[in-house]
Amino acid sequence: MTMDRMISDRVKDVPPSGIRKFFDIASEMKDCISLGVGEPDFDTPWNIRESAIYALESGKTHYTSNHGSTELRKAILQYLNMQFGLIYELNQVLVTVGASEALDLVFRAIMNPGDEVLIPSPSYVAYMPGVSFAGGVPVPMRLKESDSFRITPEVLSSVITPKTKAIVIAFPNNPTGAVMKKADYEKIADIIIENDLIVIADEIYAELTYGEPHYSIAELPGMLERTVVINGFSKAFAMTGFRLGYAVGPKPLIDAMVKIHQFSMLCASSLSQEAGIEAIKYECSNDFPQVKKMTAEYNRRRRLMYAGLNEMGLSCFEPLGAFYIFPNISKTGLDSDEFCKRLLFEKKVACVPGSAFGDGMDNFIRCSYASSLDNLKEALARIKSFIESL
Amino acid sequence: MSNSLYGEILDLLENDARMGVEDIALMTGASADRVRQAIDTMEQEKVIVKYAAIVNREKVASEEAEALIEVKVIPKRGQGYDDLAERIYGFSEVKSVYLMSGAFDLSVIVHAKNMKQISQFVFEKLAVLEGVASTVTHFIMRKYKEQGVILMAKEQEERLVISP
Repeated sequence: MTMDRMISDRVKDVPPSGIRKFFDIASEMKDCISLGVGEPDFDTPWNIRESAIYALESGKTHYTSNHGSTELRKAILQYLNMQFGLIYELNQVLVTVGASEALDLVFRAIMNPGDEVLIPSPSYVAYMPGVSFAGGVPVPMRLKESDSFRITPEVLSSVITPKTKAIVIAFPNNPTGAVMKKADYEKIADIIIENDLIVIADEIYAELTYGEPHYSIAELPGMLERTVVINGFSKAFAMTGFRLGYAVGPKPLIDAMVKIHQFSMLCASSLSQEAGIEAIKYECSNDFPQVKKMTAEYNRRRRLMYAGLNEMGLSCFEPLGAFYIFPNISKTGLDSDEFCKRLLFEKKVACVPGSAFGDGMDNFIRCSYASSLDNLKEALARIKSFIESL
Repeated sequence: MSNSLYGEILDLLENDARMGVEDIALMTGASADRVRQAIDTMEQEKVIVKYAAIVNREKVASEEAEALIEVKVIPKRGQGYDDLAERIYGFSEVKSVYLMSGAFDLSVIVHAKNMKQISQFVFEKLAVLEGVASTVTHFIMRKYKEQGVILMAKEQEERLVISP
């Protein structure tokens, strides 16, 4: 059988991840400082790890219900209510293998061939391929630095067609660090309702905001019944490797997602689910000590990076969420690919080119500040000397 | 003193006492002058008592010894425990003294050149003090964690260099 026949057109047509090629180069390099990491540098808090060990010892090694264990779903409901004022029933929660699985499920659950899904651009690299794999058509909403990378009514109206079925909303945003506030959502809510769109709200960075607390679009009138909120434990509790996420939303849609999940995944890891229960219970009953500590630490690094990059002449808008900063490199005359490649080879600092996160993002690079203070300072010094050498 | 800048500065200095004013200013978003002023105030008011290093003594292979001594006390009327605590914490061998709830009263941590010196300290200085009813000496054999820092930390698994 030829290679060409073996692979489906659907998969062939999706371009490879722009992050991947950088990964291969950077991971070979010695003494490289990476600002390319999309996960917390904090260890998972010990109480959470310890509860996973206990779960293993006490034999919690069986399948759980497809929806996820009742105890974890109850904990998730309590958490969403405490932190974001969201109210759901137990049968509106689905525990997934990371927020990534929840995204995949929702795309597959709603998509008919040719349906269009609006995706913020720039944004996390998995949305566009996810829509394509599910047989839909991803349509980028080109966000502008001058709008602080928020979705505006103008941008939204300009991309809606009769085929538009859903919109992905992903704030705090990877890679920009942008947030959307209640007032910003109010401006686009009418358009969403008029066009009867499903809202897929990826709120994985909801705990990491550095001004006002996160506001979920599901809280707006008329939104709860059309919104799937996707979240997980990776960013809020530094649990990336546990692969634990969840979706909450209208029951018919969650039911459809469960239908796929029960045949493809069956359930999320029982051990991870036990760890998730501990994560939420401990934080909810102690006023979120570890979440607050991590957020405070990220905030310090954010200020350091923001000041440092601006000071060396790389203008960037101030990120107010997640742990990324997205400086504009246009004044260097290099495009993002070349900038990142040269920075990597000449100064051994790894950043991710803006082009990996959407077309037309060639003037930007993504720097993650989920790294130690010493690393960040050294990286800033190296970037500065790189720019001066141009 | 409940000012959030003060709290931020304390968090940073507790983690790294050598952090400079400029860095603290960058990370808190306050001006360097305000940070300097806040640190001065906290030093004057003895909120910040001292800048010291956390040392892993095992690495310098010394004979030095440390012990935690439980002290039962007969408190004096009108003076409580404070007088006796003062008599104890005055000795240069004594690193810390805490008043405890529970089965004994004072927890005394003693540091000396070797175990013999600590024993000597206990029976020559501490146990014989008026008001000391009894002492139980526990020698510290190994330190796993000191002031929030794990001393015997294992090498951490590396994160992926680049991830989405």
